[in-house]
Amino acid sequence: MAVYLDNSATTPVAAEVQQALLEVVANYYGNPSSLHRIGGEAEKLMAKAREVAAHVLGVNPGELLFTSGGTESNNLAIKGVAFQYQSRGKHIITTQIEHAAVYQVCKTLEKDFGFEVTYLPVDKNGVVSVQDVEQALREDTILVSVMHVNNELGSVQPVEKIGRLLKNRPKVLFHVDDVQGVGKVPLDIKQSGIDLLSISGHKIHAPKGTGLLYVREGVRLYPLLHGGGQEQGLRSGTENVPGIVALAKALRLAKENEKVHIEHLLGLKQTLLGGLATIHGVQINTPLDKRISAPHIVNLSCPGVKPEVLVHALGERDIYVSTTSACSSRQQQHSRTLQAIGLPQTRLHSALRVSMSVYNTKEDIDYFLQTLEDILPHYQKIMKV
Amino acid sequence: MSQDMKQELSYNYVLIRYGELALKGKNRKLFENQLQENIVNQLKDLNVKLKKTHGRLYLYLHDESFETVHARLKHIFGISSYSPAIKTSLELKDIQETALKAIRAHSPFPKTFKVSVKRANKRFPYTSQEMNHKLGAHILIHTDNLKVDVHKPEVELLVEIREDAAYIMSQKFRGAGGLPVGTSGKVMLMMSGGIDSPVAGYLCLKRGLRFEGVHFHSFPFTSERAKQKVVDLAMQLSQYAGPVKLHIVPFTEIQTEIKKHIPDEYSITIMRRLMMRITEALAKKHKALGIATGESVGQVASQTLESMHTINEVTNYPVLRPLVTMDKVEIIDIAQTIGTYDISILPYEDCCTVFQPKNPKTKPDRLTAGQLEERLNVEPLIERAVENTETLRLTREEQKKDTIDHLF
Repeated sequence: MAVYLDNSATTPVAAEVQQALLEVVANYYGNPSSLHRIGGEAEKLMAKAREVAAHVLGVNPGELLFTSGGTESNNLAIKGVAFQYQSRGKHIITTQIEHAAVYQVCKTLEKDFGFEVTYLPVDKNGVVSVQDVEQALREDTILVSVMHVNNELGSVQPVEKIGRLLKNRPKVLFHVDDVQGVGKVPLDIKQSGIDLLSISGHKIHAPKGTGLLYVREGVRLYPLLHGGGQEQGLRSGTENVPGIVALAKALRLAKENEKVHIEHLLGLKQTLLGGLATIHGVQINTPLDKRISAPHIVNLSCPGVKPEVLVHALGERDIYVSTTSACSSRQQQHSRTLQAIGLPQTRLHSALRVSMSVYNTKEDIDYFLQTLEDILPHYQKIMKV
Repeated sequence: MSQDMKQELSYNYVLIRYGELALKGKNRKLFENQLQENIVNQLKDLNVKLKKTHGRLYLYLHDESFETVHARLKHIFGISSYSPAIKTSLELKDIQETALKAIRAHSPFPKTFKVSVKRANKRFPYTSQEMNHKLGAHILIHTDNLKVDVHKPEVELLVEIREDAAYIMSQKFRGAGGLPVGTSGKVMLMMSGGIDSPVAGYLCLKRGLRFEGVHFHSFPFTSERAKQKVVDLAMQLSQYAGPVKLHIVPFTEIQTEIKKHIPDEYSITIMRRLMMRITEALAKKHKALGIATGESVGQVASQTLESMHTINEVTNYPVLRPLVTMDKVEIIDIAQTIGTYDISILPYEDCCTVFQPKNPKTKPDRLTAGQLEERLNVEPLIERAVENTETLRLTREEQKKDTIDHLF
């Protein structure tokens, strides 16, 4: 049995979700836009999926757009606001530790479209300060984009507080990238003054290529995809009906079991942290304070040992972890996030990420700890740590 | 973590008041029982208990949140207002602390308040007056920028002291008003799938009427989706009405005959006269004493006073038109509130739009309509339509049995 500990990169599709997905693929092939019965059935599935997703998120069905995933949701939110409201102003505020799907969008808006972006720093825990957001606000600020949970460290950003701050600034829209937070760190969208929120299906046991964007009623967006006018004209393209049904189901399972899942993950994380504390030459980068730390991610460094070497060595023993944010794991670059919290070079060069899901067991964690303890001294010796 | 103060308050029960009912002399019992039955029905799936004492209803929330119950209570007709309440011991300290918490839970924080203590428990050591002072003082000491205003307070803190415990309330929600559904009899509601008829149905419910829907279906001139839309609307209304019966009348033959024999400008008038006759026949069959429509004066050609006069000739049943004097904007407002608007605006043809004549007669008259109708064989057409009417019974449970639900 593989011990899969790279759930922040992607997650296995839940059995119930697989079933729903296959059934829709097999029996409902209609185009929701078609007039006939076959189309009608597909449309009905879409409507139901939207209702289910809206219900578990506590929002209105009309406030959800189905997308191809987190990257598209983030692009649509940020570019959509930037192009729609640029006459109001061209200033955007974000953080130094955003996922590339936010960070690079902001870079592009700066480079090619004449926007100004403020990238806020974070403290040593990887948390941005609400005061910094407040101080960065200007007359021409149109958007603040802050992630809920950081994908590398698991640090939790004070999005509720930022939302409250921005409630008195109706002209500044607030986008939250919640790709890593859904089902792991509770967040009440309506209570938190959030205008836009991104969710990705494959991080919550739905298939890849599924996601959604919450767009508060009254917020207008400039679409990225023009065409047949699906999704209120904001996201043209024939809808991925099976994926959308699967996403709705996965989202329901994640939200309905949120409490239980968090308890389970916290237990695993405690075991993991307790075990790592006893292994010589391991340092923890993830914040330890539960209030600012997600229950499923632990980032650690083994100074002096190349993390790729450990990834391969663990892989040989059927344990799968990652070096850094998975999307950039093939690029020889330091993690922006770990640089932002001011890690010394040695720890920066040797960081590993263990990310868990509800399908992991205590045995998985014990086996990982045992294995790491077995192999680490060997590589430390070779590398002359 | 910043915890919302509201979540720290756990409500134990909800006090439900009913105003208009209290005035209904002899019938009062009937109204109260119907209201109780309706509340129990709407909360069937929740773990709550309803009890009646001296002209009020108390809903005990075992482990349900007030929010869940609140979402349903606000739509039940016959309720004038309701308040969530917190139960405390009879210890003065306990009562004071809870009262303070209840005030603090208000957002935005109020500027003025007043305390009203009712003491049913005469063995309680302090009189109501003394308690008013003790609670008021405790709250004033522990808050800033809050004043007492006995005439127009923003927040009225109600405290009831009983034998076993004290109950504290600080919020009052307005109920839906009206009369409990089922206390005023039954009407047949003509439903086209448009914005107006569901609103008309809702307003009938408000005055205590039950309704059964009647929908005219002209397949293939109108699609299955147009019919589904009406089913969805009826389903949405079942939230307020309980189970709704929907009669689907096959109308293709009649529309074809009208197209063949009746001049265009009169086709809508004649069509509506036939619909009226069919609806009356269904009313007789299902023991309803009236017909309800979503007509509003002057909205479209068939809703001028001349049109109504001409169409109404064919029935002597009361025709209720709850929207008769409303503007479209007011109607849409209600439709949005009751959740039917988004369903209604889906763009499918219904039987009224599909054969839309270019110039419908805005001032038809009874004489001409009667003469034109002689070209049709009216009686057998109506009989056949009534005979082949399909009846659906729609409930919230029905929705649960939907064949696609297991996918979610």
